[in-house]
Amino acid sequence: MTTEIPVEPQVTITPQQLFRKKAAGEAILPDGEDMVNRHVLTVLIDDTIGALNRVANLFSQRGFNLESVTVGEAKDPSQRRLTLVTTGNDRIIGQVLRQLQGLIDTIEVEDLTDEDHVERELCMVKVRCSATERADVLAVVDVFRANVVNITPDSLTFEVTGPTAKINAFIGVMKDFDVREVARSGRVAMRRRLAFEH
Amino acid sequence: MSDSSTLSTPSAASSAATASSTDALLATGAEILIRSLEAEGVEYVFGHPGGAVISIYDEMHRIQPSFQHILVRHEQGGTHAAEGYAKATGKVGTVLVTSGPGATNCVTGIADAYMDSIPLVVFTGQVPTHLIGNDAFQECDTIGVTRSITKHSFLVRDVKELAETVRKAYHLAQTGRPGPVVVDLPKDVLAARAPFHYPEKVQIRGYSVVGRGNADQVQLAAQMMAEAKRPLFYVGGGTIISGGSERLTALARRTGIPVTTTLHGLGAFPETDPLSVGMLGMHGTWYANMAVQNTDLLIAVGARFDDRVTGKIEAWAPHAKIIHIDIDPACISKNVPVDCPILGDVSMVLEQLDPLVEHVDRPEWLAQIEAWKAECPMDFERDGKLRPQEIIQALRDHTAGEACVVTDVGQNQMWGAQFYSYVHPRSHITSGGLGTMGFSLPAAMGAAFGLRGTGRDVISINGDGGVLMNIQELGVAAAHKLPVKVVILNNQFLGMVRQWQELFHDNRYSHTNLEPTNPDFVQLAEAFGCVGLRCSDPADIAATLDAAWQVTDRPVVMDFRVVTEEKVFPMVPAGAATDNMITAQFNPEACA
Repeated sequence: MTTEIPVEPQVTITPQQLFRKKAAGEAILPDGEDMVNRHVLTVLIDDTIGALNRVANLFSQRGFNLESVTVGEAKDPSQRRLTLVTTGNDRIIGQVLRQLQGLIDTIEVEDLTDEDHVERELCMVKVRCSATERADVLAVVDVFRANVVNITPDSLTFEVTGPTAKINAFIGVMKDFDVREVARSGRVAMRRRLAFEH
Repeated sequence: MSDSSTLSTPSAASSAATASSTDALLATGAEILIRSLEAEGVEYVFGHPGGAVISIYDEMHRIQPSFQHILVRHEQGGTHAAEGYAKATGKVGTVLVTSGPGATNCVTGIADAYMDSIPLVVFTGQVPTHLIGNDAFQECDTIGVTRSITKHSFLVRDVKELAETVRKAYHLAQTGRPGPVVVDLPKDVLAARAPFHYPEKVQIRGYSVVGRGNADQVQLAAQMMAEAKRPLFYVGGGTIISGGSERLTALARRTGIPVTTTLHGLGAFPETDPLSVGMLGMHGTWYANMAVQNTDLLIAVGARFDDRVTGKIEAWAPHAKIIHIDIDPACISKNVPVDCPILGDVSMVLEQLDPLVEHVDRPEWLAQIEAWKAECPMDFERDGKLRPQEIIQALRDHTAGEACVVTDVGQNQMWGAQFYSYVHPRSHITSGGLGTMGFSLPAAMGAAFGLRGTGRDVISINGDGGVLMNIQELGVAAAHKLPVKVVILNNQFLGMVRQWQELFHDNRYSHTNLEPTNPDFVQLAEAFGCVGLRCSDPADIAATLDAAWQVTDRPVVMDFRVVTEEKVFPMVPAGAATDNMITAQFNPEACA
């Protein structure tokens, strides 16, 4: 029995092609993987009709990933501040930033990923538990410094805030109980220092 | 309604009068729109009336404004006409249509303008604000539908914001990287009253126009140009938009660097110059693509590395360092990471670059390019049959290359690009990015309006497929006595699709034969009040053109019965590297 061995085409790569692949964060070897990273961006937009729509639309229009988005009033009430979490290689992240800056409604776009910054997320969890089970649940919840925001004869509702990793850990631990509902706000992020300090 | 009644009360009017005596007169939204267009210096409005915009047309009837309204016969034709006008003149094209279907019929034209960076302002009617979202008659979420195909869009909710919004729309459409702007006008806003004041300047937070390039980057570019052994200019439509063609031509000639242009860059550098290697890309010249594949420095000027230019992107320009001059930050490193990006207006950056670069003798590089040109020149078979390339060359000879040529999409577009030898900026207009069939005829009409009185000929080059898609505008061109020369390269087929079917789909001509449904184009022309001519023999081309150019008071439609089997060569198959071209010497059996 003979098996045919497929012949790999000889791939020669010029220094320029290597430079471009590195600059784009793309795989250099044919079977390698792209350097995909998670980025946290903050965007300041004018609070006008359709401005939020345009930002969200950009991600579907250009095929970018959008993991989470939070939005609320900024310091100036005529503006809205968004925190976006997106993934991609360097070329794609560069595109996301430039395309966002290109929108007429955007005032400021910042990539906080490599900056010294704080991130918080709020999460609410509702578990089904009877009066006899309450003590067990509350013991776990205390470790995460979660607050009870509502209590009924059959349920407990908590809120917990913290970095995304803490929220993930909290939800992981709560899986031991009868979790009925989870609502996460998505991340909000802010630089630690003032802009002129670094 | 409540807005207008409060504003027209005496107290409101008198308070306006104390603020400024000239602003005392209140105008309706419809009048404000017309006065704003006048203040903006609009020459032509391509429009079609309907229920939501009837008040604007009523005011137009009363005011007799300084601009001319052209009643088009389909909103898509109107949008393309505005595009043709904008491309031929460099000014902003203006479109006015009604709500719902009026707006959706514009969508193709708006998308086309977005892809090709054409400045347009499209005014669409809208149902009254209290009915928005109620699925009212002729309602459509125009802002939502056009969101991803506009540079920006506005829904005017207050008549007091109307004039400022119009000024913003024109500012956004024509500055930076130009593009279409939609202004949606609810019917009640057009009826409400406000004082008319047209602002000269507007502030748009979050929008700034890029001007000169970063001096360090320009210096770096100059150094790269001095060191390069095989440099090449890759020139796109941005060069023409910025008015930088003369600067580029002077710079290329002085430094002795050869030039290839994209489809939209045609005319930015004279193709008759020995330094020109013509168009690059899928149907570009073989020698332009060879030059790109071997260059060590590609100077991209107002071009966007489109997939029809690069082919298989990993294999494109493998040895080249790249300088990219562009006004749109989002275009930098979008498709190909570049070594030296320069963000700025092309014309200004070229001005900065000019004093920093010297002429360098590169005899080997230029000799290599000459050798490639000799190896595979642009040519076609001359066997006594009527071939489209010969018609394009005859058109060039007849007009001395001075006409404004508007091509449609498909084979006619590529032959029109390959064989006319463009020497002037804004002499070649086509639908490049979106590839809209039916573009040429209305766009040529718009160009003819824009070039009226300049004595320049406007030629519309079509296939028998695309020309029917907006044929209704022929009547409009005839009514306005525009002497547009409409050339139909009639091969009785959807030629480009047929070419792909022949080359890549084993001659399965699925639904591309137009012979059963084609009209008699000569009779059709005459029915629209135009002159119709037919030509089936290469010996008659000159006589046909002579006859066509005798007519000066209406369009002439020339039905050229060309060889069906003629294909556009050279060609880079989709997804292949650009040095892997099928050339005119191609043999179908060898490909199988």
